Amino acid sequence: MKSILSEKYNNNIYTVITNNPEETIELGKKLGNILNKGDLIAVNGELGTGKTCLIKGIAIGLESREEVTSPSFSIIKEYSAKIPIFHFDLYRLNRSEEIEGLGYEEYFYGEGVTLIEWPDKIKNYLPEKLLLINIFMDYDNLFSRKITFEAKGERYKKILEVLKSIEYIRN
Amino acid sequence: MKETNIMGIETSCDETAVSIVRNGKHLLSNIIASQIEIHQRYGGVVPEIASRKHMELIMVICQEALEKAELSLDDIDGIAVVPGPGLKGSLLVGLSFGKAIAFASGKPLIGVNHIEGHIFVNFLNNEEILFPFISLVVSGGHTSLILVQSIEQLEVIGKTRDDAAGEVLDKIAKYLGLGYPGGPIIEKMAKTGKDDAINFPRPLLNSNGFDFSFSGLKTAVINYIINSKAAQQEVNINDLCASFQRAIIDTVKHKTLTAANKYNISRIVLGGGVVANEQLRKELTEDAGKSNISVYCPPKELCTDNAAMIAVAGFYKLKAGITNSFDLDVFTE
Repeated sequence: MKSILSEKYNNNIYTVITNNPEETIELGKKLGNILNKGDLIAVNGELGTGKTCLIKGIAIGLESREEVTSPSFSIIKEYSAKIPIFHFDLYRLNRSEEIEGLGYEEYFYGEGVTLIEWPDKIKNYLPEKLLLINIFMDYDNLFSRKITFEAKGERYKKILEVLKSIEYIRN
Repeated sequence: MKETNIMGIETSCDETAVSIVRNGKHLLSNIIASQIEIHQRYGGVVPEIASRKHMELIMVICQEALEKAELSLDDIDGIAVVPGPGLKGSLLVGLSFGKAIAFASGKPLIGVNHIEGHIFVNFLNNEEILFPFISLVVSGGHTSLILVQSIEQLEVIGKTRDDAAGEVLDKIAKYLGLGYPGGPIIEKMAKTGKDDAINFPRPLLNSNGFDFSFSGLKTAVINYIINSKAAQQEVNINDLCASFQRAIIDTVKHKTLTAANKYNISRIVLGGGVVANEQLRKELTEDAGKSNISVYCPPKELCTDNAAMIAVAGFYKLKAGITNSFDLDVFTE
């Protein structure tokens, strides 16, 4: 796992390169460790980039009692953890309005941590403040991923600061 | 002997279905209004469309099921409904409708887990299946191995840690622009392809447990396509589909046979949409036969979601004295 050090003084963004799915889970774990109730994380990435993989790690960091699996079929999965986890997978959503039938407000503004895959499908319904994650494939190395974190709002800047400091201490 | 007619109602995903089964073995009616055509346009199940359509269709489908069976509601002895797992909105339609009929007519309400339906539908044509048995349920939403001791003792011994097998088939078919549902299309394409053309991974194949993992396979297929394009090599879609399908069949076959051997059980019962795959049925039956293990699989039309499976499971539950109260609620998992 490699952090991009030039971003040390920029609180809004953070980029990490992971070399394999295990490292992606490890990174998720660190993030999960420092999340609080009310936090919302949106994860973008093409099919097969490892969105669910990263979220698996976040759930471990939140001490989830169950293993995270793909919610594509049921759209929303809830997991009991240190803080309840609401895991959305909007892959099958066609129009953004379809989210209304799912009672999304109770999750987004509720007492748990909300993790959303394919957030672009409901752009208009997302809160302004959130942590946006983008996962990119590296076409030269099949297992490697570039993962960027973008903080929108003070709370999420703080999260990134902590996440970065964990990395720098380790390095 | 008095006849027992069970009405099964199933709306957990994209089919609105009502069926009436007599004594657990005579299919009197099995009406399925598939929303596949609507969903085909979108390359997958669209949840809100699903629940709205269910509401429009359920009443008509129910009446049609009664007419086809030449029965009235008075002749029905139990209403079997699905509380889950599935899409919340879709499940609610069928569950509420079933509760209303049961309440108004004073018939017992029987909750049948969707997965139980996929398993016990095999009793429709094979009354003789003895407990215990190992069941493999593979569909768009599930990939599970279940140790079944009795109608009420089911233990999941393995399940997918990420994507379901059918989900990966759907996603890859959509990625290749082949359409929906993915399973039958990929099976058709695979027929004229070489299944050893590409060596795709078989995750967790040799792990000790019975869990599955198909997400890595999905990524491997996508990587293969991207790399071939980058190298300007043409992808032979038939070879790709055959090799991809081979990886899935090898994995589920190996895990299922290993489970049967470990638990020393000589009966395997299949269920779920992916089990409609000819190659999977054939190979599993042949390989199991070598160890004197019998394999039971439902007729193809009862592999995919239907209400007959709910009625059959409902019959056996009612026979065992298992019914539910009206506070039965939906669950997604």
